[in-house]
Amino acid sequence: MKGGRAVNRIATRFAELAREGRGALITFLEAWDPDRETSAAMLAGMPAAGADLIEIGVPFSDPMADGPIIQAAGKRALKAGATLRHTLAMVRTFRTRDSTTPVVLMGYLNPILSYGTDRFCDDAAAAGVDGLIVVDLPAEESDLLAPLAARAGLDIIRLVAPTTDDARMPLVLEGSSGFVYYVAITGITGTRSASGDELAAALPRIRQATRLPVAIGFGVRTPAQAAEAVRVADAAVVASALIDGMAATLDADGHATAATVPSVLAGVKALADAVRVARATA
Amino acid sequence: MNQPMTASPLPNSLRTGPDERGRFGAYGGRFVAETLMPLILEVEAAYRAARADPSYQAEIERLLRDYVGRPSPLWFAERLTAELGGARIYFKRDELNHTGAHKINSCIGQILLARRMGKTRIIAETGAGQHGVATATVCALFGLPCTVYMGATDVERQKPNVFRMKLLGAEVRPVTSGAGTLKDAMNEALRDWVANVRDTYYLIGTVAGPHPYPMMVRDFQSVIGEEAKAQLRAATGRLPDVAVACIGGGSNAMGLFHPFLDDRSVRLVGVEAAGDGLDTERHAASLSRGRPGVLHGNRTYLLQDADGQIQEAHSISAGLDYPGIGPEHSWLHDIGRVEYVAATDQEALAAFQLCTRTEGIIPALEPAHALAQVAKIAPAMDRDAIVLMNLCGRGDKDIFTVAAALGVGL
Repeated sequence: MKGGRAVNRIATRFAELAREGRGALITFLEAWDPDRETSAAMLAGMPAAGADLIEIGVPFSDPMADGPIIQAAGKRALKAGATLRHTLAMVRTFRTRDSTTPVVLMGYLNPILSYGTDRFCDDAAAAGVDGLIVVDLPAEESDLLAPLAARAGLDIIRLVAPTTDDARMPLVLEGSSGFVYYVAITGITGTRSASGDELAAALPRIRQATRLPVAIGFGVRTPAQAAEAVRVADAAVVASALIDGMAATLDADGHATAATVPSVLAGVKALADAVRVARATA
Repeated sequence: MNQPMTASPLPNSLRTGPDERGRFGAYGGRFVAETLMPLILEVEAAYRAARADPSYQAEIERLLRDYVGRPSPLWFAERLTAELGGARIYFKRDELNHTGAHKINSCIGQILLARRMGKTRIIAETGAGQHGVATATVCALFGLPCTVYMGATDVERQKPNVFRMKLLGAEVRPVTSGAGTLKDAMNEALRDWVANVRDTYYLIGTVAGPHPYPMMVRDFQSVIGEEAKAQLRAATGRLPDVAVACIGGGSNAMGLFHPFLDDRSVRLVGVEAAGDGLDTERHAASLSRGRPGVLHGNRTYLLQDADGQIQEAHSISAGLDYPGIGPEHSWLHDIGRVEYVAATDQEALAAFQLCTRTEGIIPALEPAHALAQVAKIAPAMDRDAIVLMNLCGRGDKDIFTVAAALGVGL
């Protein structure tokens, strides 16, 4: 259930940013990567470091749309004992200190089915989750989850890809809420980046079909690329680059070190600084 | 519009699936990332157009006859029958196909479809390597570049097939994620496809994956059951009492069973790999020990833990080493039309030797699982009863694995 939530955090945040005239930085972390405490500390520190929205990856054994970097993150998380229930607990703890930063879960369908779709939507909303991105749940299969998510007050955030043509766009956008996630490349996460021209060509197609904010993800790695993304779109999603930076601080056994959390938050800050001035320096 | 191309179904037919959403009951569907969705729909539209085109059907028939060597013979396994002392056992000899297994039946249909779609690059996943070899073969035949994803563990235990694929001009990419078996190879093939949607056709080897693959591969493999039915009728004047096939993803079984689904007198038995045993943690029996979930584009029975993480399958047979199963099997399991049982590694090894010794046929370890079940049921059946078994692959590729399991150094 939506509980005592007065307004939708995602819509509120995008409305605030629109008034400020700047784009949003959406940062990603994989739940329990590399362990529970470290990922909880990263999550807690991200808003102050400049994250406007946060996407939490739900670890899955077979992440078919993810490249090697997020695959490795999921593997570390599962090794640390992560489950979907633990991911919700992590959000619940985060919400005791932050009631405004939107949190979106990104993952694959099977753990949700295993948890029970009905109970999952209620528990996620109660924990303080605002939206869901389910990678392997296209519009054609969305009736499995969408009505339950809507009843619980969770946004269903749909992916739009370069292969989504104009004829298909309305079907994909129907019933989506929160924001639209534009997958900038045909490919898996963390592999290559779209050019500025490709993005500039894609955005008007999406804008024409929806009034929802549009975020660009897949291949947004550097502060400069994040800035470029928010010049044409409403938000930039950075995932693999942050995990890459985090992974570089781990010891030989894959365990966190004193440098892990500060390094990730410094990465978030550098991205946030670039995103905040992007439109002024365009 | 959803009817299989192989026969006209009866009013209460079990052969009309899937529905327009690609569902067999609650199973199947199209659970893929949005990037792939338009292409999946394109494959479906192209397939529906192709199968209505007589020239496409004629080309498939020509290649199956003159290149693959169909129809494959039906063989009365007389010495095996005498040894087991019960029902008469017939082998559908799909191990005699070009490339040594049933996999090529579907590769022929799919490569012609890929060409119709104007695709210029083929990718495939493989477990035992039989589907990889069959795919590499049709790519050589049509001059198309081919990349085969194969789990690193399977690359190690199926060296002869790896070498065959390379000889045929395919690039074999070992996959090290997970346990390095078929599931991981399929993940990696899907990742490749997402990155290369515009020019690449994914030639899936089994009756799993997103719609239309389970339907399409079943249609192509149904030639097995159609031929066997006609051949058995010519030889004996009747239908079998039992038809038996092994199941990994389930393509050879679906091909054998589908033409018999409406013949309610025929018992259909699918044999999963029980590995070390169904009550151990090392098996590949998705139906016997799994529960429904979503993986690789379809909803079906899966081996998974309480959190919905997919578990590794284990079998001595690389071709059965998969934690899922085709969605049509899941449906046939739920409605009770097909019985699903399991055979252990040890039972398969014994059947492998039994077949070799009594019939002079070295079977692949996959159909050795089917034979293990035949050996369990045939002795108790009447002598005029008929058991039809799909001998879906030959065992040349497995001699190293079998030698190691029997403690013989080569």
